[in-house]
Amino acid sequence: MLAFIVRRLLVALPTLLIVSVLVFLLQKLLPGDPVLALAGEERDPATIAYLREQYHLNDPWVLQYWYWISGILQGDFGTSLRTNQPVAELIAQKLPVTIQLAIMSMAFALLIGIPAGILAAVRKNTWVDWLSNVVALSGLSIPNFWLGIMLILFVSVRLGWLPASGYESFLVDPLRSLETMLMPSFVLGTGLAATLMRHTRAAMLGVLSQDYIRTARAKGLSPREVVMSHTFRNALLPVITLTALLFGELLAGAVLTEQIFTIPGFGKLIVDSVFNRDYAVVQGVVLCTAVGFLLMNLVADVLYMLMNPRMRSAS
Amino acid sequence: MTAPSLAAPLPARQKSRAWAKLKRSRAALVGLAIVGFFVLVAVLAPLLPIDDPLQTSWTAIRKAPTAEHLMGTDDIGRDVLSRMIWGARASLMAGVISVIIAVALGLPIGLIAGYFGGWVDMVISRFTDALLAMPFLILAIALAAFLGPSLMNAMIAIGISAMPVFIRLTRGQVLAVKTEDYVEGARSIGLGHVDIMTRYILPNIVSPIIVQATLTVATAIIAEASLSFLGLGQQAPAPSWGSMLNVAKNFLGQAPWMAMYPGAAIFLVVIGFNLLGDGLRDALDPREA
Repeated sequence: MLAFIVRRLLVALPTLLIVSVLVFLLQKLLPGDPVLALAGEERDPATIAYLREQYHLNDPWVLQYWYWISGILQGDFGTSLRTNQPVAELIAQKLPVTIQLAIMSMAFALLIGIPAGILAAVRKNTWVDWLSNVVALSGLSIPNFWLGIMLILFVSVRLGWLPASGYESFLVDPLRSLETMLMPSFVLGTGLAATLMRHTRAAMLGVLSQDYIRTARAKGLSPREVVMSHTFRNALLPVITLTALLFGELLAGAVLTEQIFTIPGFGKLIVDSVFNRDYAVVQGVVLCTAVGFLLMNLVADVLYMLMNPRMRSAS
Repeated sequence: MTAPSLAAPLPARQKSRAWAKLKRSRAALVGLAIVGFFVLVAVLAPLLPIDDPLQTSWTAIRKAPTAEHLMGTDDIGRDVLSRMIWGARASLMAGVISVIIAVALGLPIGLIAGYFGGWVDMVISRFTDALLAMPFLILAIALAAFLGPSLMNAMIAIGISAMPVFIRLTRGQVLAVKTEDYVEGARSIGLGHVDIMTRYILPNIVSPIIVQATLTVATAIIAEASLSFLGLGQQAPAPSWGSMLNVAKNFLGQAPWMAMYPGAAIFLVVIGFNLLGDGLRDALDPREA
């Protein structure tokens, strides 16, 4: 098992290396000189020359990349041009907010997607199946940010049931925190629920057509037992893998949702830094998402190994 | 040099069978109808008897829908319906053109990676992995911001962000096809690499790429709307559904119609492309009778 994880990590390393090069080049290819922004109004040539020297901007790109990446490996992601805060600190501040959003969204997605998928498979070609498919298709097609706007319009503006924006840390006021996160996580969860429903349905149908299910039925097990302990258990494998993968994508999905509900998370940090041309933050954030994504890929693989008896013995 | 006898491209018979299957799928036909409707509206926009989408009117600010303005007016008195119709052009064009960019870049790269294998494949695959590790929307936002806000740049950004999916898909398909007898045959009669790739491999891997392209149009339309919503796509005063939503969110209490229609349009057209894509997948799948 450990050997497997190490091997997978080694495969992920070159990918990460290329990501870092791309992220680095993205900034280099940009129009505009970051030093001019730092030098202030006067643009004193001596200051500019000093800054160029200090930030190694006179060195060849390869060397610049080396300075940058070795800083990152030591946890130094640079400083935000706008707030002068270390980027690592900014990320550490915003990430927990988005992780809370991601966990709540995933809870919604699992609660809706998996039962709907099971029902649709068991009641294949009935109105239940049809309805689940229509709802899933809608969930996949609805633009998240529009769903968010509509919820704000009806639930907050018209009915006044939930706050339209604002965020409270779960550690400070758990109830208020859940209340403010309810709509955003629902919005983010719908698309995932749709994906999960489709995959659960497909996996269930795949298992339901197996011989051992016919055997289970033949030996007189109740339909409930057949579905839950024989079918669902075996159909769960691809669904769990998918859940881990979707988690990685949630980080990105949060971008617009956080924008709509003004949640001070990772997604909003990305948009703000992109608009402020705060390149150090953009670089740090993109790198961080890529690491998160690759990590969730690894988790998916490991879970797959752990859950699949055949794979387990093979390792 | 021509060697048509060995080729096994999609024969006309197979095409018509796919069409027959597509016609039998009610969902796919609904998708086709929705997409067709929006395309028609977008194409006919200049001919339709509607107001100028840029014409402001200080006497008709944020008016609720009436017979005169079927979808109401916006914050500076422009007709929402005509902005919706002209906005359809921006959205559909963005969806289709960014996918064309993604395929135009991804298909040849994937073809080369799969066909040549070895270190070429290694380099391209690692590069693709790296691009895929950066989430689609974040990559598109970063690229669009760096290129500068405009509809064209948004399309380029979305196209590049969607490209790795096509590289990976094409590569996988090529790997499956390149050991087939007819490819071996083409090689044995001395055809060049380009000939083999374009005349023998490409026609046999095109189906899944068409399906993926159709589904990606749906994703790209949402992505364009997202970028425009953030102010990175279509620029004012030209209309696009995303930029209309961007303004509308500031007037939710006073003028909800400004937000309802553009979003509903995106929703509908994306459903259309998704239905069509799913239908094409079933119709073009040779395993399904």
